[in-house]
Amino acid sequence: MKIELNHITRIEGHAHLVIDRTQGEIKDCRLEIVESPRFFEAMLKGRHFSDVAPIVARVCGVCSVSHTLASLIATEQALEIEPNPRAKLLRRLLSYGEIMQSHLLQLYFMAVPDYLGIPSIFQLLDSRRELVARALRLKRTANRICEVVGGRPVHPVTTTIGGFSALPDAGDLKHLRQELVASLPDLEATVELFAGFDFPDFSRETEYVCLSDPGHYPLHSDRFLSSHGLNESVANYRNEFEEYLTAHSTAKFARSERGSYMVGPLARLKNSYPRLSPMAQKVASALKIDAETTNPYHSLKARLVEVINYVEESIHSIDELLLHGLGSTAPKLMPSGGGSGVGAVEAPRGLLFHSYTYDENGLLETADCVIPTAQNLANIETDLKTILPDLLDLPEQELTRRLEMLIRAYDPCLSCSTHLLKIDLV
Amino acid sequence: MKSRIGFFDFTGCEGCQLTVLNLEQELLEVLELVEIVEFREVMSERTEQLDIAFVEGSICRQQDRDRLKNIRQRTEILVALGACADNGGVNALGSDRGPELLRQQVYACDMPHLQTDPPQALSAIVAVDYSVPGCPIDGPEFLAILQALLLKRQPDLPNFSVCVECKLAEYPCSFDHGEICLGPVTRAGCRAICIDGGDRCRGCRGLIDNPRTSPYHRILEDHGLSVDDILDQYRTFNIAEPKSEP
Repeated sequence: MKIELNHITRIEGHAHLVIDRTQGEIKDCRLEIVESPRFFEAMLKGRHFSDVAPIVARVCGVCSVSHTLASLIATEQALEIEPNPRAKLLRRLLSYGEIMQSHLLQLYFMAVPDYLGIPSIFQLLDSRRELVARALRLKRTANRICEVVGGRPVHPVTTTIGGFSALPDAGDLKHLRQELVASLPDLEATVELFAGFDFPDFSRETEYVCLSDPGHYPLHSDRFLSSHGLNESVANYRNEFEEYLTAHSTAKFARSERGSYMVGPLARLKNSYPRLSPMAQKVASALKIDAETTNPYHSLKARLVEVINYVEESIHSIDELLLHGLGSTAPKLMPSGGGSGVGAVEAPRGLLFHSYTYDENGLLETADCVIPTAQNLANIETDLKTILPDLLDLPEQELTRRLEMLIRAYDPCLSCSTHLLKIDLV
Repeated sequence: MKSRIGFFDFTGCEGCQLTVLNLEQELLEVLELVEIVEFREVMSERTEQLDIAFVEGSICRQQDRDRLKNIRQRTEILVALGACADNGGVNALGSDRGPELLRQQVYACDMPHLQTDPPQALSAIVAVDYSVPGCPIDGPEFLAILQALLLKRQPDLPNFSVCVECKLAEYPCSFDHGEICLGPVTRAGCRAICIDGGDRCRGCRGLIDNPRTSPYHRILEDHGLSVDDILDQYRTFNIAEPKSEP
């Protein structure tokens, strides 16, 4: 018998899941990414470096900040430009805002319905209006960070090579700080909600990969590490990971020498648990999760722990910016000349690489973007294949629900991942 | 009875649908007035008949054309949501290069499931009743258009250029920074947000109905720029050549 889940709902982008089981045996289990290919890396060819970040932001509406920052860092590396420490701190704050809004959207709009047994959060408008209102309030605060620092929540306008082309208003930052502090009761209620959910029991050890950011929970850095001993400069990412094409997906899959691996909130939490803020660690224990977990469904819990962590980090960043000043906007004059560079950031869904080469006129020659979801796809498929034999006795509806929940736990972003690999100059 | 509205997406980044979900302060009130009956990104429910379909993304494949025609059949009103649906958006960047070349450059192979056609705006396939311009759309403008549709009024888009909003806000002119700006011919309504953010106008909202070309020519000449320079910029977010030469 064949189970086909077409256009899986409550994820970013389009995917089908196909399972072929005959007489209790699984013949096939594959995640088909059917999102239309988008060719970003090829479209960037020949563009001036000042155009590249605004174009690649459009890879993804949910993580446009991450694409923008990875792109700017790669270009700055190539052109040997170093943003000042204030700009780097503002970029951190902007990333916190983006990861929080993405996580809160996933937790409340995409995951909560699974755990409450409803098709969408809108079903709760009458029965649990307060829950919906709380979800919107929390998301609003996260988006306010992106608005104040980046100019707007989707596709930032103030970010530029060397730092920022416009700086936030100190009064807005103070107000933002108040909003963040005021969100704590809503966060507490969110932790209570998730602590009451019954998470499916499933464990599978894999390789966990994230940036290594000394002194910080991983965010922006020039090194990455893995649970299996990797510790490398981001410039060498091609030596460690290989992207490959399958006949059923317009997104590429990725693997390390050891096989599939995981990036994202669970990988970050497992590799960097001691660097979580004290409040985030407390929330982790309330949610019964620690660095030892190997249950991919726990990615949801890790997402919530990260939200708490980033709220605290955001408050500290704002304090520091207000105390030491916001610095100045990046100089308008653009340098000329070429070079190569790699930028890496932790996007909401995990490790994101951008790598560019520019010619002497500052025009892009080659581009390579490695997307978190593309890195997770092989791992999702392996999880699905591993869990399937245990679920085969369930009624079909329950079986597909469990599998969809597993896919959603990764929060896959398919609009992001359907275009990859480097341009081979023709 | 509440209007039944749905959100659909094709080739794009889902940033316009996200901008709708980002209307956190208004969403609960909007949901008093309309019923969202289909929105794959955040809902598992599906439906048959719709009053208004908001469609994001460009069209690049036969299966997408079929799905779009099916949506058109099921809905009273079809609205193009954002630049990709309206003008091709950022997908336009690849439109002068041909799908075979793009496919070779990104995938280095030619498997059947990677086949695409050059990107098209929705209006190339089906009748589009209205558009919400921009990359991404502007949240308040989306609300104004939705309000007009619910009141059975004709939604209006500004028919003056970004330059007007920019001058009113007293932002410094991008041309004076030595940058190429599409503000003189691009439809206003964004409050010149990119120029406020220290960037320039890249034309994501498309052309105004009757761009005044001769003053624009003069601006270009004054700054040593050619029509080709401006067209190169225009193609960042717009598929077709402008209807009249700038």
